Amino acid sequence: MTIAGPQSGSLTGHGAAGGPGKPTGSNPIPPQGSLVRRLWPWLIVVLGVVYFVTPLLGTIRLSLRHNNGTWEAWRLILGNEQMWPAFGQSIVNGLATIVVSLLIIVPTAYWVALKMPRLRPFIEFITLLPFVIPGVVLVLALIRLYSAPPLLLTSTYNSTRIVMICAYAALSFPYMYRSVDNGLRSIDVRSLTEAAQSLGAGWPTIVTKVIFPNIRLAILSGALLTFAIVLGELTIALYMAQRTLAPFMADIVRNKPFEAAALTLIAFSVTWLALGMISYVTNRAGRRA
Amino acid sequence: MGGAKRPPFRFRWNWLGVMPFLLFAGALLILPTIVLGARSLAGADGSTTLDNYRNLATPVVIDSFRLSIKISLITALVGGIFGFLLAWSMVLGGLPKPVRSLLSTFSGVASNFAGVPLAAAFIATVGRVGLFTILLKAAGFDMYKAGFDLYSFIGISVVYLYFQFPLMVLVITPSIEGLKEEWREASENLGASTYQYWRYIALPVLMPSILGAMILLFGNAFGAHATAFALTGGNLRLATILIGQQISGDVLQNPGLGYAVAMGMVAVMAVSIGIYSILQRRSERWLA
Repeated sequence: MTIAGPQSGSLTGHGAAGGPGKPTGSNPIPPQGSLVRRLWPWLIVVLGVVYFVTPLLGTIRLSLRHNNGTWEAWRLILGNEQMWPAFGQSIVNGLATIVVSLLIIVPTAYWVALKMPRLRPFIEFITLLPFVIPGVVLVLALIRLYSAPPLLLTSTYNSTRIVMICAYAALSFPYMYRSVDNGLRSIDVRSLTEAAQSLGAGWPTIVTKVIFPNIRLAILSGALLTFAIVLGELTIALYMAQRTLAPFMADIVRNKPFEAAALTLIAFSVTWLALGMISYVTNRAGRRA
Repeated sequence: MGGAKRPPFRFRWNWLGVMPFLLFAGALLILPTIVLGARSLAGADGSTTLDNYRNLATPVVIDSFRLSIKISLITALVGGIFGFLLAWSMVLGGLPKPVRSLLSTFSGVASNFAGVPLAAAFIATVGRVGLFTILLKAAGFDMYKAGFDLYSFIGISVVYLYFQFPLMVLVITPSIEGLKEEWREASENLGASTYQYWRYIALPVLMPSILGAMILLFGNAFGAHATAFALTGGNLRLATILIGQQISGDVLQNPGLGYAVAMGMVAVMAVSIGIYSILQRRSERWLA
């Protein structure tokens, strides 16, 4: 937030692939006009690509320039005793956040689509609150509320971790709700529900066996974005004193630049992978629709 | 009451279905913010007062808001203009399809590439021994002697642009795609030049989207904390950094003032998101 983000979240996060559906640029300007005019777009794109790529090249170079040998920074960071527990904890947090977020969002979005469509704008407004409340403000508020009596929820490491995962789930709402809601709009919720009901299915069966499978691509793209956000989230973990990947990285960045470069490339690849999968998933969904 | 009151009763029953969501959002987003708001109105003796807001006029707070706003404005403007140009090139520039889809995927990744890894990447690139710094030095130009500093206002703006301008690409691309081909054809048939088409048709139609997107970028930079923290360890005095210091207990010795600063940030964010959604709705009339 960067809104974006978590802080850097973006309102169009799920559109990471350029958005499903709409074929882009169906009417490109036909190649007419002067050569100079046709070169402009290329010039801008090249400038953009240079700005995109240079920091990555700089990071790769730095990661290979440790004084004791080319791959020394990689060897040190991969052998760091704190790195794998931190990484592992971030991964578990990411998965837990996805579960909590799905358990809240999917039934709610389904219920609203089926029974209270007029509530949609209101629910959407609430899911957008994380964009209004900066992460650092949110963590200040959570600590003040849940560390003080009578709600001593942050008294131990693990209970704090639960509060943090719930906060992450709340941060994921803008992305998760929009993905799931888009998915629900693309199917006929009412007919599917009535068909299932007439066959004798109860609510849990309908949600898990009928609705879930029909919007699983939408769910997957929301989940992957959530995962990427949790993996990189620094502010809440830092001030809740959680030993996750980002605070560990922040420490490395200040003290060990070569190892920081290697770790950055690892983190970047994981984010790339998660977001690249969203693009694959949304493309597939677009083709099916 | 009689049987005629049945609809309201069913209405309330339906609300139960969204209760888990409302309780969750209430406990993790709304209640904490309300508590902050309440504490920002409490004086040292527990009475209700506006003193904390009056105290916002201290130099530390004013400087931090000024710096945050300055960085957000600059990066929203530069990122907005360049992001628009890039999106325009992608949509209307006649680029091959693979280049377009690669760029849009990369925009998705880069707009989420904030925080610690971003800070590390820029230290490796334009830090004192970074790739770009060294290349320029070899070419006879010393950036740092020329006044550049990664840990200053200019430096941090350059870093923020890395997620600002791809975000602009993501937000503005659908609007550019929404320009109807018929408008261009009609204007050409009436003898308008490309310049006239953009000046009198395309840009006025796009303007609410462009402004809205830039305001979104402003809020995006204004609320950012992780990148600046990772880069400077909290030495650059942004509003978010100031609040972070409030949590760890240094600098501001007055907690009430900290809560007031936090509410001030929420207010700025709320205004920018509000303007964004108004402009967004206005542009949908043309571009939907």
